[in-house]
Amino acid sequence: MKFLPFLISSAVTLLLVILLNSPWGKIPPIGKFLSPQHGFWQNAEPVDKDFGQDLQLPGLKDPAEVYLDDRLVPHIFTSNDADAFYLQGYLHAKFRLWQMEFQTYAAAGRISELIGPKALNYDREKRRLGMGYAAEKAVVEMEKDSVSKSEADAYTAGVNAYITGLKESELPVEYKLLNYKPELWSNLKTALFLKFMSLDLAGAEDDFEYTNLRSLLGYTVFNKMFPVQQDSLDPIVSHDTLPPKPGILVKAPVGSDSAYLYNRDAVHVKSSKPDPDNGSNNWAVSGKKTKSGAPILCNDPHLGLHLPSLWYEMQLSCPSFNAYGASFPGAPGIIIGFNDSCAFGFTNAMRDVRDYYEIKFKDDSRKEYWYNGEWRTTDFRYEHILMKDTLEYTDTVAYTIFGPVMYDKSFSGGRQTNNNYYAVRWKAHDAGNELMIFNALDHAKNYADYLSAIKWLHTPGQNAIFACKNGDIAICDQGEFPAKWKRQGDFVMPGTDSTYAWQGMIPQEENPKMVNPQRGFVSSANQYPVYPSEYPYYLGGNYPNYRGMMINRYLNQMNDIGIPDMMRLQTDNYNLFAEMARPVLLKNIDPSVLDETEKRYYDLLQEWDLRYEADSKAPSVFKIVWDSLTAVVWNDDLEKDNLPGFYPNESTLLEGILRDSSYEFLDDIRTPEKETLKEDVLLAFKRGAAKCRQLDSEGILLWGKMKGTVVEHLANLDPFSRLNIMNSGGKYAINAVKKDHGPSWRMIVQLSANTEAYGIYPGGQSGNPGSAYYDNFIDNWATGKYYPLWLMSKEEETDKRVKAIIRVTSL
Amino acid sequence: MLKYILSILVTALVAFVCGLYLPWWGIAIAAFAVSATIPQKPAYSFLSGFLGVFLLWEVLAWWIDNKNGGILSQKIASIFGLGGSSLLLIVITSLIGALVAGCAALSGSYLRRILFHRAPPEGN
Repeated sequence: MKFLPFLISSAVTLLLVILLNSPWGKIPPIGKFLSPQHGFWQNAEPVDKDFGQDLQLPGLKDPAEVYLDDRLVPHIFTSNDADAFYLQGYLHAKFRLWQMEFQTYAAAGRISELIGPKALNYDREKRRLGMGYAAEKAVVEMEKDSVSKSEADAYTAGVNAYITGLKESELPVEYKLLNYKPELWSNLKTALFLKFMSLDLAGAEDDFEYTNLRSLLGYTVFNKMFPVQQDSLDPIVSHDTLPPKPGILVKAPVGSDSAYLYNRDAVHVKSSKPDPDNGSNNWAVSGKKTKSGAPILCNDPHLGLHLPSLWYEMQLSCPSFNAYGASFPGAPGIIIGFNDSCAFGFTNAMRDVRDYYEIKFKDDSRKEYWYNGEWRTTDFRYEHILMKDTLEYTDTVAYTIFGPVMYDKSFSGGRQTNNNYYAVRWKAHDAGNELMIFNALDHAKNYADYLSAIKWLHTPGQNAIFACKNGDIAICDQGEFPAKWKRQGDFVMPGTDSTYAWQGMIPQEENPKMVNPQRGFVSSANQYPVYPSEYPYYLGGNYPNYRGMMINRYLNQMNDIGIPDMMRLQTDNYNLFAEMARPVLLKNIDPSVLDETEKRYYDLLQEWDLRYEADSKAPSVFKIVWDSLTAVVWNDDLEKDNLPGFYPNESTLLEGILRDSSYEFLDDIRTPEKETLKEDVLLAFKRGAAKCRQLDSEGILLWGKMKGTVVEHLANLDPFSRLNIMNSGGKYAINAVKKDHGPSWRMIVQLSANTEAYGIYPGGQSGNPGSAYYDNFIDNWATGKYYPLWLMSKEEETDKRVKAIIRVTSL
Repeated sequence: MLKYILSILVTALVAFVCGLYLPWWGIAIAAFAVSATIPQKPAYSFLSGFLGVFLLWEVLAWWIDNKNGGILSQKIASIFGLGGSSLLLIVITSLIGALVAGCAALSGSYLRRILFHRAPPEGN
């Protein structure tokens, strides 16, 4: 009897512990999570934390030092290359482990392991695109070369030195919230990360949307709504720099007019896509145009904005190189930055390197497919998707000569009927060793080194920009790109033979490039790299033209340039599209027919200085009215399209009107009357004004509020995100800040005898939401401020900017 | 009374040490061991275990939060629907630990009863 109270209370205690040690739906094990000695409290880092320590690490070759400065930027000094990459891996893990691993889970299609079956479709899409397949091929390539193998191995060892030394209480807080633990790093994970970037930058295509619209509208009309070229274009390279004659001759297949362009077969697939505005600006001006006489290089890649940031700032210094800049947590090397001799950066090349082929299988088993007059055997890749709290799912993906079959009976892509099979041919499947480009650029001393470095870049294609202390400036639209005939790959292609296959790759030396041009600068902003009529290959893809025109307009006028001028240029909010489009609106509205509030918005529009300023309502009014005009003009033509919201490029409408005020699409084909430009504009304005009034009454018509920039946490946890940032800028401005997308790393480097460099990214060096360094750059980023970038030398060890020293010895 | 206070303090101390070497549920072992060692009525044992860990977790969480400037606790309190209140999160943290330790202490005290076959002396 006296045992009973003991047994009951012990059982209650035990049960309580078990309950509080177990997750409950989305709630983490609450006892473990709340324990001040184990749980999230351990991630609440003292704001004045001393990061200095003495470390013994296994696998390090020689003693090394890491100096952390006042912004928590590490300056790594080692006696050899491998140790530099080892410590880079260690520090990436120390400050960004959760993010690094999460991104590779996303790349590999493994999110279901963390959050269960609701991520299954996301995971299947990644796997059916062949992300894992591509990464495995990349690892083979990476490990074939002794330089990249040693770099990747050292990086992996460094990451793992951190992971294996990690106590449970030190796990990043996201692991505690989602209740899982990190795996060991591997070279495959590095490759997966690089494929993650390839997907973001070279994964764009509109093949299904285009095919659908071609079928709906007919090719003739389609071609007018989606022309391959815009009127306004200031390409990356000028006339005289193009190759004399093409290395390969591409020919459109015989009969492609009827079988392809004028084919009326429709397809219906919904695919998820990278942001179409993944773009960027870069430019380099020669010493002729600068105050100091030294070249200045600027770069700001526009990407999705997240916390923790995609970028991590650092300096790697060892006898063979000394580089500073932005690195990717997840990969070794400095990606966009500078060294003792030169500076380098990138914008996206925007080429279409992802096409679809319709496959004819013999039967539902998919074991054989028809190709060049015979049945060929399919390869199968079995994708085992583990799902949290439930059974494993195995996806059997068929691989053809083109690539994996993404859409079939089992993975519909949102189709109602699943009778067709579509294989994807993606350039990122081809073997390449992209790690080498960063290694070579980090070591580069001159233009020749730059040229041999960028040869390594196959996918994602980039406009690689370069400036050197000896005065050279250069840009190259670099990558390995398929040589296409006009419109090849814009629509889904027949896959029963090789007729429609890519006929070859554009020889690298024929990639558009420009070195030390007369005008004294090189630049790119994702525009078409050449005048299409002057280049023998069709490029596919979508190319925004206004930022590039604006940059060139400014740079042509500018002389005696100093760093502050470059800061102003990089954060310039002038809207060139609006400069051309506003007259169309104002000219075609008779203000006397407007009511009082409409008149007020008309006046706002008229008085606007064409800048996207956060505290102005005019940019919002312009955007709302133009969007409204877009809907008025196109909705009738696209009414039958089952992929709503897919409109022609904005410049197509603008240029159509500018060319011809009776542009054929202005008519609403649903009415017997023939609508005119004036009628369309007035209707659009009145509808837009009504929306403006509504937003005004809610107090969110100010541009900064309507745009409402957010830097969201990678797991979409709002309290870990920065919401409602009031900042200027917009899609068509050089300062291309959108809602959740924009300049992700602004960098300015003056290559004077003593390099002078500035930079900032919207985030912070620590990935820990409990750190004062988590998001401390964001406010300065939002207001267009910069930090000086300190290329430290070992002798400056006692400089007051050094806040902590990590001394590392080999274990 | 002295024994009661002593027992609270010893529980806090032992629980802290356990926290350094054991998983979070080390607090249960600490409270259990302390109350099995220091003879008290079950109700008092429960209270001293409860208050010992309440005190420990309250002080630790408050100390950490203070040095952190509340950066993380506000975010976690928002995620858990506590309106971003650090204070509420600190109190809930302490209560969870206290409840576990209280139950464990109660069990310890009952174990002591079994082992020593007698009730604790009158008074405490």
